Amino acid sequence: MLPTLLEHTSTRVNAEIDPVLHIWGWEIAVYLFLGGLVAGLLILSSLLLWRPRDTAPARILQLAPLVALVLLSLGMGTLFLDLAYKLHVFRFYLAFRPTSPMSWGAWILVLIYPVAALSGLLALGPELQGKLLKKLPLVGVLAWAQRQRQVLLGATLAGGVGLGIYTGLLLGTLTARIQWNTAVLGPLFLTSGLSSGAAFLLLFKLDEADRHRLVRWDMLALAVEGVLIASMVLGFANAGAAGQLAADALLGGAWTASFWSLVVVMGIAVPLVLESIEIKKHLPLVAVTPALVLLGGLALRAVLLAAGQDSGFRLLP
Amino acid sequence: MQRRDFIKITGTTALGVAVATSLGLPKSGQAESDPGTDGDHTVATFCELCFWKCGVLAHVKDGKVTKIVGNPMHPLSNGALCPRGTGGTGLLYDPDRLKKPMIRVGERGAQKFKEVEWPEALDFVANKLKEIATKHGPEAVALFVHGFGGSFFRHLLNAYGSDNVGQPSHAQCRGAREVGFQLTFGAPLGSPEVIDLENSRAIALIGSHLGENMHNTQVQEFAKAIECGAQLVVVDPRFSTAAGKARYWLPIKPGTDIALLLAWIHVMLGEGLYDREYIAKYAIGLEQLRAHVADKTPEWASLETGLDPAQIVDSIRLLAGARPAALLHPGRHTAWYGDDTQRARAMAIVNALLGNYGRRGGFYFPTKLGVPKYAGVPEFAHTFKRAPDRPKGKVFPFGDEGLAHGLRDATIPGTADYDLKAWIVYGTNLVQALPEPKKTLEAIQHLELLVAIDVLPAEIVGYADVVLPEATYLERWDDVVVTPYKSQYIAVRQPAVAPLYDSKPGWWIAKELANRLGLGAYFPWNDASELVKARLEAGKFDVAAVLKNGVALGPGKPVFLEDGAPASFATPSKKIELFSQQLADAGLDPLPNYTPPEEPPRGQFRLLMGRTPTHTFGRTTNNRFLSEIYSENELWLNAQVARDMGLDDGAQVRLTNQDGVKSTPLRLKATQRIRPDCVFMVHGYGHTAPGLRFAKGRGVDDTALVSRSKIDPVFGGTGMNVNFVAIERA
Amino acid sequence: MNGEKRYVMVVDTRLCVGCKACVLACKAENNTPDGYCRDWIVEDIWGIFPNLRAEIRSERCNHCSNAPCVDACPTGASHKVEGGIVLVDHDKCTGCKACIASCPYDARYVHPEGYVDKCTFCAHRVASGKTTACVAICPTKTLHFGDVSDPHGEVAQLLASRRHKVLHPETGCEPNLYFLT
Repeated sequence: MLPTLLEHTSTRVNAEIDPVLHIWGWEIAVYLFLGGLVAGLLILSSLLLWRPRDTAPARILQLAPLVALVLLSLGMGTLFLDLAYKLHVFRFYLAFRPTSPMSWGAWILVLIYPVAALSGLLALGPELQGKLLKKLPLVGVLAWAQRQRQVLLGATLAGGVGLGIYTGLLLGTLTARIQWNTAVLGPLFLTSGLSSGAAFLLLFKLDEADRHRLVRWDMLALAVEGVLIASMVLGFANAGAAGQLAADALLGGAWTASFWSLVVVMGIAVPLVLESIEIKKHLPLVAVTPALVLLGGLALRAVLLAAGQDSGFRLLP
Repeated sequence: MQRRDFIKITGTTALGVAVATSLGLPKSGQAESDPGTDGDHTVATFCELCFWKCGVLAHVKDGKVTKIVGNPMHPLSNGALCPRGTGGTGLLYDPDRLKKPMIRVGERGAQKFKEVEWPEALDFVANKLKEIATKHGPEAVALFVHGFGGSFFRHLLNAYGSDNVGQPSHAQCRGAREVGFQLTFGAPLGSPEVIDLENSRAIALIGSHLGENMHNTQVQEFAKAIECGAQLVVVDPRFSTAAGKARYWLPIKPGTDIALLLAWIHVMLGEGLYDREYIAKYAIGLEQLRAHVADKTPEWASLETGLDPAQIVDSIRLLAGARPAALLHPGRHTAWYGDDTQRARAMAIVNALLGNYGRRGGFYFPTKLGVPKYAGVPEFAHTFKRAPDRPKGKVFPFGDEGLAHGLRDATIPGTADYDLKAWIVYGTNLVQALPEPKKTLEAIQHLELLVAIDVLPAEIVGYADVVLPEATYLERWDDVVVTPYKSQYIAVRQPAVAPLYDSKPGWWIAKELANRLGLGAYFPWNDASELVKARLEAGKFDVAAVLKNGVALGPGKPVFLEDGAPASFATPSKKIELFSQQLADAGLDPLPNYTPPEEPPRGQFRLLMGRTPTHTFGRTTNNRFLSEIYSENELWLNAQVARDMGLDDGAQVRLTNQDGVKSTPLRLKATQRIRPDCVFMVHGYGHTAPGLRFAKGRGVDDTALVSRSKIDPVFGGTGMNVNFVAIERA
Repeated sequence: MNGEKRYVMVVDTRLCVGCKACVLACKAENNTPDGYCRDWIVEDIWGIFPNLRAEIRSERCNHCSNAPCVDACPTGASHKVEGGIVLVDHDKCTGCKACIASCPYDARYVHPEGYVDKCTFCAHRVASGKTTACVAICPTKTLHFGDVSDPHGEVAQLLASRRHKVLHPETGCEPNLYFLT
């Protein structure tokens, strides 16, 4: 039995690696957030549009896939900003590496574009379609797509699910970071993405039925998020020295304050309460709740991204 | 199954892509990983990053030295190098190098110079030297020197008429050990020390932090000994690197080593652990020694040293159990407490009792190759006046070398037998090398001439009247080096590249000055390459081979008694003198006595200094390549004490010594690795010279805090671990 | 072992004095950018004064047999070559840093030119029969490098005869840097 390691010194002082790994900053946090949000948007809008309806869906629902593409492009922009060798970005598309979530992600992103674009065009009302189609030689494609509407929605849904899983797994597969080395991380990010997607839609004008559906879905997602976070922390706390370290970071360490205040209280608990009040009392809806959910989603990524980088094996004996 | 594998498998299945990661690996990564640092040729020379003189191979590509590796043929490097040697390019390409000769224009020390051409600078120095010889006599000029290239300047000074040469490596470093061992065994230990570490089966270190003190060959042998199972005893107030490998670490109270040594001798004699036959044959004074240590029991020593008496006994039993292949390492930097020669004597006596002098695993009788002198260098006709390196009327009976601090003091008028008026300072940063730096600066103000010959603008250069930029060791020839060692070899230094800027080799500077002083006859060769080649030819060496290999090996000779080396003890009795009549005759203790050290007052700590493997004093701290690793020193303080004082590891602290000298801030290393009554820092930091643009302001200059020293009565050395510091948050 | 070449490095912590010659020799050999290193020295101290124990290690990329960095790389820039040496193809690297995050030993860094860089086991030297720069310079013969699949080779012999460990075996990466203790 060794006495406790008391002094550890290393001569290594590589930038961004020492004393604490800091290779990824706000760019990746925003990218992960937008990736999750877009996944949520695609999934929820596909589901809401799945059944044919009597009246035209709300404008935001029609536009959702296209808005998703804009947000996704923003996310890819921040991802690009993070690349240390930007000129080599094309390299992502000269290879497919099945073991690399980053590679999966790169390909999922480009696959989502045509699917979501078509899906988005279909969802547009006839007048918008008419305006656009005058300029674009897409009549034939669109007519084809119209016939395949369900398939396309299905594909959009699948793309959303793929994107959501990928953004969740990206960090989760980097098992060298104790904080990310948990099976809960993927589902957590996916759920948070769904919640963010719902919250995003709730910022806009929707018909009553859709709104209620979204609020209920969001409540469910937030509740699941809460459960996942609890199981993550409990899992860490009961997983030996490594897990203890990860648990400490969230329970009594550098990241405790931001995690609990921004993510758990502001991003999950308060919105959950507000939404349940909304549902029960049929209150006029305000933008506060979805805004909190969105901020919470961003904070979740930012905090776990930072805490994870601060949780290398070097901290273990 | 790892989760990664799981993803790998699912990913593969999902896409139906068969990826065989382990099949068909590329042949090698040669092309893609080759950084292209191999030279188009290599030059075999020897290193000058410290003074050990390891053989190196400099890789040269397109006229630039790309990297430096060990010369496998050289017996001091055996192909391996210490970090400093590896970092020679950092010196060669240091952007802060002295680039042109300069003459002072402002106040002395105001760092205002004008750049001049070489003839003007050399004329200036020669004219001044002539004037001083006329006014005060040539003996008013002193040379301070450190490093192999200094030999040309020593020769110049001798030709000029003075032998006032001071090397801080003597009185401020290994002098006490040399004198102590010479008194006992009849010979100093030299450099490399004549110790056979690699064959030792048990090694004791007292204050020597081998491994942090990175003398290449010695560390190689040290590791080899450990590899072969040698046991270590490390006596050090600090848990040094070596202590981390020791069977026994004795965290001794600083200044009490002699008490431990006397107790060790007590145990050795009491338990009959010493080599009776060897002592009977080669030594005198055993009975006096026995009487002397009769009451020096481990229990007594325990009270003085703070060590466990059982540990005192066990450690010497361990050491003696392996004799004669047991070595109490003599150390190197031994200028600690002012009783240093006596401590060295006690260490020499322990070694004698181990019967290890002239024995494998102990000390060897060195051998060397002969290289004839250059024919036609005239002998000096004049005799030299005795160096004024001690206060008027003061006598230090032993020690053959000049006292650097004494020469400094002799520059303050009226201190010594006569006043010094000029200094030639070669590669020696006296401001950081000598204790009581205030005195150094005061002495400088009394000079009529201060010439600095250096590669970098160290502090002392800023006070010079004339600055002569020397070429680095990678750009110059030097004389042949002949080293007394356990094997026979000679080595040459030759340039890997031409001198950068307007720097010149030392030999050229000395020769040009000699010409101007009318002493050209003493430098009859045209250049140092001719000097080297002529000497090698005269010695019947294959010159081309020596230049190619950088080294020539001799057939060797027995260096151990068991191999037939003759026992040779050049003491007055021709024996190992356990009892020293010489010391008795000089009115000094013929056997080492222990005097308790002065205690630091409450709230103060004894300041100890040491080395880091990546640096040679302050000479390399501006080397950007080397300093990437340890760019500033830190203050080691016992972690418990630090906690009690409310100081966290990493806090910035400031030191104030007993004379009120305040340090600049430095980082605190709160550590379990040191006793609570002392603090430790690595020497050579805290530069103030503006020209050292990298090193300036990094860490703390320990010498500034050494505002007092304790003079060793045997030879006049300066014990420097006698300063106490208080610590406060900066 | 199935006779396939596998290069490993064996570090004798008993001999290492932490002099950092390996660190500097690597910098010189590989022309590593200022401020970065591919190998480094770690000193661990256990215990309370005066009962202390020390371990000094020369560390670098572990060239893991089950290399997470190679798996994490989206472009194939991180790859294995003969003998299991893990290299980064600068031309394929996008600087996405997934490999850095995936490395339990934090052995990688972003070169100022944008690509990810790390120890190559001096593949360029090994290919021509030489040993690595760090092994060649080491004054204490702490470092040993070779093909462990050769049962008579130095590294296999050392591992067969001496107590050893790897760092963080729990990662499942199967590191190839062994520490004799």
